Amino acid sequence: MAVSEQDVRHVAALARLGLADDRVQALVGELNGILAHMDVLQQVEVGGASLDPDAAHRIRMRDDVPNPIALHRAREDFAPNMRDGLFLVPRLSTHGTAESADDEDEG
Amino acid sequence: MNDSSLLTRSAADVASDIAAGRLPRDAALEASLAAMASENAGPDGLNAVLWSDAAGAHADIAALSLNPMQLLTGIPVAIKDNIATRTMPTTCGSKILEGYVSPFEATVIARLRAAGAVIPMKTNMDEFAMGSSTENSAYGVTQHPLDHTRVPGGSSGGSAAVVAAGVTRIALGSETGGSVRQPAAFCGIVGVKPTYGRVSRHGLVAFASSLDQVGVFGTTVDDAALGLQVIAGVDPLDSTTVDVPVADYRAARSVADDQPLTGVVVGRPVEYYPESLDPRMRTLLERSADHLRALGAEVRDVSLPHTSLAIPVYYIVAPAEASSNLARFDGVRYGLRVEGDGLRGMYEATRSQGFGPEVTRRILLGTYVLSAGYYDAYYKRAMAVRRLIADDFTKVFASGVHVLLTPTTPSTAFLAGSRSDPYEMYLSDIFTATANLAGVPAMSQPIGRIDGLPVGGQLLAAHFDESTMFRVAYALERALGREAHT
Repeated sequence: MAVSEQDVRHVAALARLGLADDRVQALVGELNGILAHMDVLQQVEVGGASLDPDAAHRIRMRDDVPNPIALHRAREDFAPNMRDGLFLVPRLSTHGTAESADDEDEG
Repeated sequence: MNDSSLLTRSAADVASDIAAGRLPRDAALEASLAAMASENAGPDGLNAVLWSDAAGAHADIAALSLNPMQLLTGIPVAIKDNIATRTMPTTCGSKILEGYVSPFEATVIARLRAAGAVIPMKTNMDEFAMGSSTENSAYGVTQHPLDHTRVPGGSSGGSAAVVAAGVTRIALGSETGGSVRQPAAFCGIVGVKPTYGRVSRHGLVAFASSLDQVGVFGTTVDDAALGLQVIAGVDPLDSTTVDVPVADYRAARSVADDQPLTGVVVGRPVEYYPESLDPRMRTLLERSADHLRALGAEVRDVSLPHTSLAIPVYYIVAPAEASSNLARFDGVRYGLRVEGDGLRGMYEATRSQGFGPEVTRRILLGTYVLSAGYYDAYYKRAMAVRRLIADDFTKVFASGVHVLLTPTTPSTAFLAGSRSDPYEMYLSDIFTATANLAGVPAMSQPIGRIDGLPVGGQLLAAHFDESTMFRVAYALERALGREAHT
């Protein structure tokens, strides 16, 4: 299963990574070089081997209730822009300034 | 006052003396800060410390209540830069998190502080713990303390280097595929990866969540055991921790018996001793096995037949999980933000400029093996083979074997810049990644040198049986004596 330039561009888009054209070319070779070593797994007789990753670790599940996290600083200290208890994140430059869109959803 | 001789004494002894008032409470901190100043900075420095907070550490020391029950009173502990601290940045060695200071602290940091430790420095690492040489940091390469042309290993190379250089006796790192044991082996110190679920990951920046564990470096077995003793245990903030009682890992440190390993069975998995293994490394391992026999242990050959598949499995599972975990670094909530064309353009510009080449490569690899059409062939199959690797360990420990003895790494510390092929670098983890995939505890300790460079011997044990692993490690360290470093 060889990776093509189109594949690299596709997964880069899925991963939200911008890649220069020369980097795409290099990554085709690098990923094919790595994945060639993975082909050995296709030859393994896995039988009824469990696919459950948790089985190896005896993971217990806690009650599905939110736990408060003890913060050392008030939320307002590290996220100075808050409104109605919600964090506000910086606006995109292409979307104008916060002042010009006071009534819009910022976050 | 700086008394550098303090750094040659065990952390337990120094903590005991500080708690009892026999040493000034800032004695160990002062010695550590002085050593950091002389070892770390400048053109010939190690570049092992990224951030330091002497003022904060002094303030913490001043506020300490001297309590003989605290195991680490006044002891400075260096912390890998992917573990959240509130007084220094947590950047994971990445430009994308430059300047980020966590609003909360990791559980392991809280436990260190509760035991009387102080946190004066954060250490360099491969970006997001992806690497085996600490050459992938956005903040420069860390040098090997014994040979500045070589790497200290990775990804926790900064923590390994500060312990090996005598800056601290204990440091924390993180393990995903060998990132504590491999640099410990390269630098001639002790490195421990606990059982998955033994130590809280709350506040450890996630790389591959089903593999990650916080690990401990120590100058000696006792320093490492002491560090793990403090940070181990169930944590309500990490549901993958397991409520198994934490044993006294240091119980075997002063056993007077001349055959302290009577009844212990040590397995040597034949797959870890391939024909290609450096014969000098084989000889050092044989010497260690001879010591274990002389101490009363039975040493027998065993087989872990799926060992050779560990690297292909690891480099599917870990990048797959990383591609998901690192999706959160998008310019909205943390660190770097690079404007682009609209929201998507901002994401892509931020991530492409914020992540280095190795992280980018692994995100792409992980996204590929999880993508439609390839999920079954790569990820699903890798998870099935991972089960087979874990079953190998279950069977061998069920057969009466208590610990396994293997090389930690296939080579000693290699030259900086000598491994440009990604897969060649990945093979550095060939003897360590199995423990992460299976979730079992493992540790590396020095067993000798080749051409002046340290060699690590690895011990592995059954889930949550760190006690037996330490029992063997203490005995082997004592038996080797100076041989461990010559």
